[in-house]
Amino acid sequence: MDNIAIVGVAQTKYAERKKDKTCADLVFDVTRAAMEDAGLALEDVDNVVTVSNDFIDGRTISSMAVGDAAGAHDKNISTVEGDGAFGALYGAMRTLGGFGTTLVVAHAKGSEGDVKFITNGMFEPIYQRLLGLESISSSALQARMYMDRYGLTEEDFARVSVKNHANGKNNPYAHLQLDVTVDDVMNSEKLADPLKKLDCSPVSDGAAAIIIANESHISKAKTKPVWVRGMAHCSDAYLLGDRDLAVPQSLAAASKKAYTMAGINDPMKSIDLVELYDAFSYMEPMWLEGMGFCEAGKGATLLDQGVTAMSGALPVNPSGGVLSSHAMLVAGLARIIESVLQLRGEAGQRQVENAKTALAHGINGACGQAHCVWILGNQKK
Amino acid sequence: MEKWLEHVEPLTFKGQIAVPYTWWAGETGSLFLMGLRDKETIMGCRCNSCGTVYVPPRRTCAQCFTDTGEWVQLGNKGTVQSYTIVRFSHPLQPVEAPFAYAMIQLDGADVSLVHLIKKDLDKLEKGVRVRACFKEKSERKGHILDIDGFEII
Amino acid sequence: MAQKVAIVGTGQTDHKSHRPDVTGQEMIREAVDRALEDCGITIRDIDAIVIGNMDHFESINYVDNWSIEGSGGFMKPIMKVTTGGTTGASVAIAAYYHVASGMFDRVLAIGWEKNSESDTTGAIITCSDPIWDRFSYSGAIPSLATEATAYMKQYGATQEDAARVAVRDRNNALNNPHAHLQRPITLEDVMSSPMLAHPIKLLDVCPRTDGACAVVFAADGEAQRLAKKPAWIHASAVRHTYSWFGDSTDYDAGLVSLARASQEAYKKAGITDPSRELDVAELYLPYTYAGIKWIEDLKFCGRGEGAKFVREGNTNMDGMIPVNPSGGVISTNCIGATALLRVAEASIQVMGKGGKRQLPKVNKALATGFGGCFWSDVMILGAERS
Ligand SMILES: [Zn+2]
Repeated sequence: MDNIAIVGVAQTKYAERKKDKTCADLVFDVTRAAMEDAGLALEDVDNVVTVSNDFIDGRTISSMAVGDAAGAHDKNISTVEGDGAFGALYGAMRTLGGFGTTLVVAHAKGSEGDVKFITNGMFEPIYQRLLGLESISSSALQARMYMDRYGLTEEDFARVSVKNHANGKNNPYAHLQLDVTVDDVMNSEKLADPLKKLDCSPVSDGAAAIIIANESHISKAKTKPVWVRGMAHCSDAYLLGDRDLAVPQSLAAASKKAYTMAGINDPMKSIDLVELYDAFSYMEPMWLEGMGFCEAGKGATLLDQGVTAMSGALPVNPSGGVLSSHAMLVAGLARIIESVLQLRGEAGQRQVENAKTALAHGINGACGQAHCVWILGNQKK
Repeated sequence: MEKWLEHVEPLTFKGQIAVPYTWWAGETGSLFLMGLRDKETIMGCRCNSCGTVYVPPRRTCAQCFTDTGEWVQLGNKGTVQSYTIVRFSHPLQPVEAPFAYAMIQLDGADVSLVHLIKKDLDKLEKGVRVRACFKEKSERKGHILDIDGFEII
Repeated sequence: MAQKVAIVGTGQTDHKSHRPDVTGQEMIREAVDRALEDCGITIRDIDAIVIGNMDHFESINYVDNWSIEGSGGFMKPIMKVTTGGTTGASVAIAAYYHVASGMFDRVLAIGWEKNSESDTTGAIITCSDPIWDRFSYSGAIPSLATEATAYMKQYGATQEDAARVAVRDRNNALNNPHAHLQRPITLEDVMSSPMLAHPIKLLDVCPRTDGACAVVFAADGEAQRLAKKPAWIHASAVRHTYSWFGDSTDYDAGLVSLARASQEAYKKAGITDPSRELDVAELYLPYTYAGIKWIEDLKFCGRGEGAKFVREGNTNMDGMIPVNPSGGVISTNCIGATALLRVAEASIQVMGKGGKRQLPKVNKALATGFGGCFWSDVMILGAERS
């Protein structure tokens, strides 16, 4: 694979309800900010990939509403429907396949729809949808299976929420800025056992954009390039009952492939921080297992030992993660952006010292059916 | 623009995607659903190649990407693999909360069926045995909810 | 450096108005099986998958995840690309970049739709802006009728001129065993069919179809091994410019998106005189008037000469630039698959696998996609490795 790098990033502050902006306004704001960050003009952006979802936006061909706002007038453009990390992956392919620079932009206004109806639409219409399954109840089935398999407790998950909300307070873009204790999480509203309100991410409005450049275009940008060292995606089976929900095998496969691309043998040793898609607290330890940072069932132990804390050997979600801000579709792209800021040394109060290599992660589908893994570095291979 | 908007209630516009859908269950799915409706039987199918018994049945084994072949009648009893007690109510749900979703491995199947458990929620745990409760014949229409839910044995 | 890419195999369902015998996933698998068989590989040889359709036509959220049993995506990289009517072409272009990036060697592109599962018009009107356009100016037919009226007034084209496009495509479809509509029609049939929105009549527009299409893209080296005569991708370009229907009312300027996208693609492919250099065109013509007007934007002929160009037989099977040997969109329209079918049919012509619809000698072929609000996608394929 040729060398490509992320040379511009931007995100909105995530919020419960952005009353003053339409989706197109949000996309315009981050598009302009990402170009400013990179020091690139509109004509320096060769092509555009937008990320949108017709269910979330409540319209068919939802990409129609944001193309012009993304600066795509008279340019080549395409649209990925799925998490922004997947959109970025397609943007990277287009940059490797001929374009000099690619802008990838994702938006979502969770406040404008009903997330339960939207996520119910992921389920099989004849056998599952009529049961009323949506993201919280299906994830609860996964959390329970994970707990039963490895003898984990609700407190194990609560501690993840406490850590990530504390981190979120250092992130000016975070939607939630909460002081929470394990007791607060344990006593928060019960939604679907074992998940309580503070185990769940909020519903946020927001947008994010990145600019990817190939090697011959990197010097045009004013930023320190953050190199794409590895990237991979993979999907598990569809129906929940067909999967072993306690073992994220598609994440393991994607991680392995991304590590191989990046020349990483021991991820714990080579990777300095992780920004992962913790839509629910239990997902963080489970995804860390899938990524190979520890053995199956030992994800919670990493947290107990302080490994995933800001001061630990592998800080996880310094930004506060998806638990602090969850604009659907945007969240995976935000993980990439947070990793880029870390690797540039521009993460402010949430900066991880000496960060050289980061893992960013996005998910698609119910209970993390599909995963997308990025390895980013501030040094060329 | 933001400044003046801070002093008024921004305008919103309500709408919904109101499109009627008719999903075909297909040859394989229809046989399964008719089994529920007409005979109170739960049919699965076995992959010719890897032997996995699926329910709901499907034409393709995703792992082998070949046709499943043989129909298998499964037991109306099974074992709970995972569950959640849902505490919130929503128009999507066919029953009022609290109720439970459970992943149930029916006797004879290799995968789990997700369905409802409506009572004895405090007795739920992994490994609990459950039985399918069918709706009255007159109410059954070839639908996944022809199984009213599962009850703990 | 971008990897060179070719199409090595295609598969499509036998398209029908409705398929009660299969679910969406099962229908997709029929096309996938045929595509794999066409180039003699199995699903294990596929490195990645791109799939597309339009969400609200079947109301499936996250189609990439849902499709696994049909697409073969179990424990494989799969993503969804969707851009309205142009989806199929966007999927093809995405599959191209999957391979061109050097990340994958054999990639499956899938487009599909089960239009029988919803009220297509009810779903399509929701593409209009929910606050501004949805209640006033909406749906595919009104906006196309406006375009047709403007063109007729400007150049004196007649309803009969447009009807000739339907007669050509529908009769071509008789040579395509997969086509949905397989009944011969005459000019009189079109003219006497019910008026929908003046000047568009029932036989001027595409049908609603259940169907799927799958296409295998392969990297240089692998392509020559999998196909006797791979169809190399020479260029692709897209323009998805207008966001609001009212923005696109300057019909006198032609279909701007198609003019610009095709110019970019011609330049990349080194084509200066398209109607002579291209051997076949599979065009996404959702209605007949497009068949006389949009070929002007493609520079097959001059402005205002489209009707004459078609009338003189230049786009017939034995003409200068045969258009839609497959029968086109007027004969088969499974929306998410429709533009991918254009790419597939163009590659079939290059690979020489067209059976009764095969043209004698195809060196270069053009495929287009149309959708959104007057958006265009263009792909040029050729026999020469490029
Ligand atoms: Zn099998």
